Amino acid sequence: MSAREDILKAVAANKPEAVDLPVIDQTQVISYANLTEQFKTVLQSIGGSAVEINDLSDLKNELEEKKAAGEFVVNRITELGELNDAATKMSPEELAAVEITYLKAELGVAENGSVWLYESQMGNRLLPFICQHLAILINKESIVATMHHAYEKIDSGREGFGVFLAGPSKTADIEQSLVIGAHGARSLRVFING
Amino acid sequence: MKTMKHAEAAAQFISDEPRTDWHNETLWFVRQKRDKASHGLPEWEQLREWASQIKHHSLSHLDQYLVEFEKNAKANGVTVHWAANGEEHNRIVYDIIQKNNVQRIVKSKSMLTEECGMNEFLHSKGIDIVDTDLGERIVQFRNEPPSHIVLPAIHLKKKDVSDTFHEHLHTEKGNNDPQYLTEAARIHLREKFIASELAITGVNFAIAETGGFVVCTNEGNADMGTHCAKIHIACMGFEKIIPKAEHLSVFLRLLARSATGQPITTYSSHFQKPREGQQMHIVIVDNGRSKQLGRADFRNSLKCIRCAACFNTCPVYRRSGGHSYHTAVAGPIGSILSPNLDMRANADLPFASTLCGSCSNVCPVKIDIHDQLWKWRQVLVAEGYVDTTKKVGLKGMAFLLAHPSLYRFAGKAGRTVMRLFPWLVNNKLNPWYKQREMPAPPKESFREWYLKNKQS
Repeated sequence: MSAREDILKAVAANKPEAVDLPVIDQTQVISYANLTEQFKTVLQSIGGSAVEINDLSDLKNELEEKKAAGEFVVNRITELGELNDAATKMSPEELAAVEITYLKAELGVAENGSVWLYESQMGNRLLPFICQHLAILINKESIVATMHHAYEKIDSGREGFGVFLAGPSKTADIEQSLVIGAHGARSLRVFING
Repeated sequence: MKTMKHAEAAAQFISDEPRTDWHNETLWFVRQKRDKASHGLPEWEQLREWASQIKHHSLSHLDQYLVEFEKNAKANGVTVHWAANGEEHNRIVYDIIQKNNVQRIVKSKSMLTEECGMNEFLHSKGIDIVDTDLGERIVQFRNEPPSHIVLPAIHLKKKDVSDTFHEHLHTEKGNNDPQYLTEAARIHLREKFIASELAITGVNFAIAETGGFVVCTNEGNADMGTHCAKIHIACMGFEKIIPKAEHLSVFLRLLARSATGQPITTYSSHFQKPREGQQMHIVIVDNGRSKQLGRADFRNSLKCIRCAACFNTCPVYRRSGGHSYHTAVAGPIGSILSPNLDMRANADLPFASTLCGSCSNVCPVKIDIHDQLWKWRQVLVAEGYVDTTKKVGLKGMAFLLAHPSLYRFAGKAGRTVMRLFPWLVNNKLNPWYKQREMPAPPKESFREWYLKNKQS
């Protein structure tokens, strides 16, 4: 007998009596008067920064200036200009040199300051993690209250990979001292447009 | 090698009093952060109830969900392996390494691989794994096991880490700055990530409906490894299965808040398909879980999502340290999981508790941890795994309490002896005298006092 058959047989024999799934009643979960304010407050408390913008001109200028200064920046936001498609095929060694990555996220979650990114929005799975700094654009109206609302909007199985990303990479493994910039991005700025 | 029992190891741990106090306070601080985070959600108790019910439902349909998960994962291009025990799990991982002829391997946190002794097994085959979680890398350099499932190096101080890094990463001697030390680890581990050929991760949640799985980290080490390497092996105990992606909302809301007081971990990564040119493997492990599933009193322990809230709140864990539990998963939850794996080796663990119940109160999936600790004690005594001294003592006490005249005589004799010869009890041979003063013996028993005073 294979391990698979043995395991499935043992589980079938030993599992408890069938119990129904609970109904997740969303009227019972927290709501926020101002989703954007809540999102900003939480994101700042976990080491990220949130900037409200009305148009993309400042962000465009920033991107152009950095490019002109010769910094290795990767843009994956169509509205900001040309996409850096070369980065999608780059090796880890090459991507390790990326200074800033600009990504568009699907939505923001007010209760925890996270954003959801599909693989297609990253261009390359490694990019949001290996770059030194991360700038993410979301639409103001895409901010939802809680994770329950977020999973209603996204289809986490649609693409090969996706991530809820909340703030910069961090650790407290050395005597509980918080250090920002463990292995992933050292900083995260979220631009809230609208 | 003889493993020290919990009480012996704990005695060693508390011999350094300031350090014990520091350990206790550090973990209590984490517990307080958990309280603050949970109090921020009015629906907290409802969330715990939902989480517990979803897990209960999942366990009661586990065989169907495992088959559904396997089918969907395979359709996603993932290779699914099954392992009846730790040995088989290690062998599967080893075979993948051999078949692909890879040497450079990184691993993010996986308590399952600790439980299976995977690193040691592979080391014996000449294969070295680089642990990439900062805390795990620290303890790996020191040749120690993790002392906590979320905070692996919580037993160490900055100076210890500095000394370890000075030795292994050639950092400045005496520089104890966490920022400096973390930066050194970042540079060291980036090299490892970029060069890695194979990445091993654990699994926080596996979703039957999609065949995908979620891995949570704050550092980003699981992602750095898996997205660099051409092979990804994800190792999971079979109880990680949940029915649908929407159920992740309940668990992701609870997990980090319970663990560290964060609203969510920095990265909650949803793996669905291998990237182009990548191999993705999932190893589904039983290793005693199906047996635990059949123990009605103990099956709830399989709901655990490994947040470690029960560690941080436990008065015994805080004052005895993770290593005193001599198992991969320490703390209260480890003490109800480990006897299932080996009753003889772990018979001491359910006794490493005051049964105060704080663990059950903070558990995000409402496992009745302290009840199970108490129930394990009954099982272990009945099966003959408890020290004879403890058994004889308790049997003697039971006999005494069942015979009132003997009880009265023993009480009187005890009081007289303690009054006349206090050194007979105030000595190191009496385990009750350890860290306690014996009380001054009263002149009369309550019964004597009552008989004298009841008329008036």
